[in-house]
Amino acid sequence: MPRIKINGVLIKVAENTSVAAAVMNADLASRVSVSMEPRGPLCGMGICFECRVTVNGVRHERGCLLKVVEGMQVSTDAV
Amino acid sequence: MRYDTIVVGAGPAGLAAARAARRSGNTTLVLDDNWGPGGQIWRGREGLDVDGVELQFSRQLEDVPSDAGQVILATGARELFLPFPGWTLPHVVGAGGLQALVKQGLNVRGKRVVVAGSGPLLLAVAANLSKAGAAVVLVAEQTPWEKVARFAMQLWRWPSKVFEGLRLGSSKYRAGLWPVEAVSGGVVMSDGVRYECDYLACGFGLVPNLELPMLAGCAIENGFVKVNRHQQTSVQCVYAVGELTGIGGVEKAEAEGEAAGSGKVVRGDHGLFVRMLADTFQLREELRKLARPETIVCRCEDVPLSRLGGCLNKREAKLQTRCGMGPCQGRVCGPALEFLYGWPADRVRPPAFPVTVRRLIDG
Repeated sequence: MPRIKINGVLIKVAENTSVAAAVMNADLASRVSVSMEPRGPLCGMGICFECRVTVNGVRHERGCLLKVVEGMQVSTDAV
Repeated sequence: MRYDTIVVGAGPAGLAAARAARRSGNTTLVLDDNWGPGGQIWRGREGLDVDGVELQFSRQLEDVPSDAGQVILATGARELFLPFPGWTLPHVVGAGGLQALVKQGLNVRGKRVVVAGSGPLLLAVAANLSKAGAAVVLVAEQTPWEKVARFAMQLWRWPSKVFEGLRLGSSKYRAGLWPVEAVSGGVVMSDGVRYECDYLACGFGLVPNLELPMLAGCAIENGFVKVNRHQQTSVQCVYAVGELTGIGGVEKAEAEGEAAGSGKVVRGDHGLFVRMLADTFQLREELRKLARPETIVCRCEDVPLSRLGGCLNKREAKLQTRCGMGPCQGRVCGPALEFLYGWPADRVRPPAFPVTVRRLIDG
């Protein structure tokens, strides 16, 4: 099982889990909107960009299109 | 390398197209933005590889491929999301959206879910969520009972679909019911009853992903790509298959893919089923009135309904409010505004998806 860090917290995630699902399983919103509302994934298929997170320092990565990989660093605090 | 055929999208239509193209002796490449084949409906299914065909995944296309003799677009459909009070709360997810997330590893065991919106997808989603251990509290279809019943009576024409319908039937299914407000920990439905739930899985049917066909310059008719009996669009070397040409499900998608890849005409007549789906699950007027002035319409730029009041079209809304100018580039609010105000689709320019500056520099 890959281990990843979400907002600095180390968690184990099942193989073939998307970053978006891992963030939801951790009971976290994926981002804050421009008016500071918490948001979670909507479409699950790369269209809506609501699941976007910062992955290994790269902003605006769509969590639903990325599989978790050992050592991945995910942050949900970006706008 | 230059390919004879490039297929965009590895769902049922795209895979059928690739298989047929390969059989016709064409060198064939399939591109998809997901990490595996199957599109939405066959996501995660094994054994979908096509012998002799190169499949490339996690490939985001910003423009239509130009280095092929034939381009077959099979970009499928997305859910139609409509704004209503509370729809931006994190527990509100698409219906197909929640299903996709479960297939991606979301754990819904023991979670209470209300499935709402419109279309046959709702029952499929409810069945899959139950299988994954969720407690489906309610499946609410906005269209009236009479229309659902008439639709069900017609399904004898398509024996495989009758079976599907029976298998998916749910005791929690209610017609003529729709969400009016999502609230923290639940949803208020049109009958005034509040249902407690961990997720509201809500989608109002499907709309085609027209960005690439529009970029290619394909003629669009009544919201879908116009094609001839060979699935050829108005642009000579560009073909469109599957949900792009009409929402009709897997059988239609595979038949059209096969035709585009083989050069033959489409097997079977799928028009009647497409029309019946559209008629049965036509959206009711009340859904145009759900959003309040303060309800957000554009989720990327947080533009509320009240700010769109003075605008006459999408272009004006963009210029005056930034509606549709965020990362999703109007993919969510665009179809909603078409339904709410009748504003037609705006033109599409490359890149079809946001790209990093690095990517632009590297070409």
